[in-house]
Amino acid sequence: MNSQTPALEVKGLSVEFPTRKGVLTALSDVSLTVERGEILGVVGESGAGKSMTGMAVLGLLEPPGRIAAGEIRIGGQRTDNLSDAEMETVRGRMVGAIFQDPLTSLNPLFSVGQQLTETIRLHSDRNRAEARAHAIGLLKQVGIPGADERIDHYPHQFSGGMRQRVVIALALAGNPQLIIADEPTTALDVSIQAQITTLLRTLCREHGAGVMLVTHDMGVIAETADRVAVMYAGRVIEVGLVEEVLNKPKHPYTRGLMGSIPALGARVERLTQIDGAMPRLNAIPPGCAFNPRCSEAGARCREVRPALVANARGSVACLVHDGGVA
Amino acid sequence: MRSPDNALEVDQLTRVFDVSAPWLNRVIDRKPKRYLRAVQDVTFTVRKGKCLALVGESGCGKSTVARLVTGLYAPSEGAILFAPAQKGANSGKPMEAQMIFQDPHASLNPRWRVGDIIAEPIREFGLRDGNEAIAARVAELLRTVGLSPDDAGRYPHEFSGGQRQRISIARALASEPEFLVCDEPTSALDVSVQAQILNLMRKLQDELGLTYLFISHNLAVVRHMADRIAVMYLGRIVEEAETEALFADPQHPYTQLLLQTIPDVASPNRNRELMGGEPPSPLDPPKGCAFHPRCPLAAERCRTSAPEVRARQGGGTVACHLAP
Repeated sequence: MNSQTPALEVKGLSVEFPTRKGVLTALSDVSLTVERGEILGVVGESGAGKSMTGMAVLGLLEPPGRIAAGEIRIGGQRTDNLSDAEMETVRGRMVGAIFQDPLTSLNPLFSVGQQLTETIRLHSDRNRAEARAHAIGLLKQVGIPGADERIDHYPHQFSGGMRQRVVIALALAGNPQLIIADEPTTALDVSIQAQITTLLRTLCREHGAGVMLVTHDMGVIAETADRVAVMYAGRVIEVGLVEEVLNKPKHPYTRGLMGSIPALGARVERLTQIDGAMPRLNAIPPGCAFNPRCSEAGARCREVRPALVANARGSVACLVHDGGVA
Repeated sequence: MRSPDNALEVDQLTRVFDVSAPWLNRVIDRKPKRYLRAVQDVTFTVRKGKCLALVGESGCGKSTVARLVTGLYAPSEGAILFAPAQKGANSGKPMEAQMIFQDPHASLNPRWRVGDIIAEPIREFGLRDGNEAIAARVAELLRTVGLSPDDAGRYPHEFSGGQRQRISIARALASEPEFLVCDEPTSALDVSVQAQILNLMRKLQDELGLTYLFISHNLAVVRHMADRIAVMYLGRIVEEAETEALFADPQHPYTQLLLQTIPDVASPNRNRELMGGEPPSPLDPPKGCAFHPRCPLAAERCRTSAPEVRARQGGGTVACHLAP
């Protein structure tokens, strides 16, 4: 395998949910790349499709949801057309997952060590003793004090932050090239949140794994990610380096989103607000999905769906930057 | 009341919960009763027309304070004093207080129409006579919070999270309160919707002269909303000051660490110094200053004696042996 192949390549991914009232398109033409050792932040509001993208990559879409079009490649290998049985070997070994709530991601009936060694032995040919030694090593790596003893404790004996560290250790157990972290810090307090994001950054560097960090928190993105993809109504609308997107957002939605975050630095009289709400999946407007809420929208925005066009600093899907709105 | 300008005075408020095992288990296991001091010796005042924010991490007792203030819990010790109501000044009744809860999905009755939800306090307090007057008042409230009067006939599940929080605000305003306790009103919302709700709350404060007790764990939101901030840690207020003074010159080590660890979009700090450790369990708080196990400055004195709340340089109060 070539070390230049990106950890994750998603091309033109569409996810559909057939229902009695017609087909709902949850993701439409989503393209992303995560390089090795890179953290790609995926932001958007509830229902934008950011978690759905992660689930599609993991092959964990809830039926009747299905991939309707597009390609997913993890470390160069195509995974979207694999059977469920084949996906079992992909998950854990090629892609690890960290979810929001560490309590529900761990089995309460098994000790942390049992869960770790099970995963390690499933994905490598270590024997029991070697797997246990490796598990202790992983717990040390994720910063759990007294790992030698803690390995025999059960999930309820850990605090929220420590549990999330265990989940990270589990995600790393199969030494995957890609980690999907879905809101890994949302359930944690701010002081713990900073510990976890810093840990993610160091581990990502050390292991050379790519991380797709799904979150709604721009602050976490600003401090953790290298590049960021902004999603809206199942589409990627802007991608670029974190400093670029956050400081000089091009898409009107990203601009509105940035303006609506209360800043720590200075107090403003009134926050910028984007009126209205994200469209429901059964009522996505034609053309640009953001056009009914956009202050710059013109006639063309209601007819033509803007493509993600690359520029010098990233790419953006907006007609203002691509041929005009009129 | 110590000053006629105060809307609320809370004095040495303490709330203890009995979290003992059931009687029989206690006898068999020979375990003593266990108590959790959720809020301890909390003192603060809120001025009329102003906004005081309580901030802290989960389990620090901020929501318990909100429930004590609204009377949902009875205090174990201490006093809560509301200013006399300004409307109908001669009645001598205390100021009306209402509450907005965090989760707008759980705080609205799914079987009631929005109009009935908002009308209930109006009927209950007899604020309007006749169904027509009540319906008119409901329509007016819906318009105040940025919804359409037609929405009165719909059910809560037909609305998005932000709209539901608007309905909660309309219901809270229905009894014409002068004081609102807001317990994490935007934590369950997306940022762009959060901005809509925060703008609405600021507008209502200006128009109706409301006084807010605002509870949040998000310091950026608090900075936007509050005139004064009280930082809580393990049931106690560790620092209280005017918003700008607190942000410019945090004096308690916990406030300093909290301000350092918040991810900030405007000036991200990618190589931050981390706050080590985690908040201890309130069931078994550390001796002396509750923050000493995590405090980088902790001295011998901090491990043995709890610091008194004292005047803070530049206004406000602080509870730390080492603060200037």
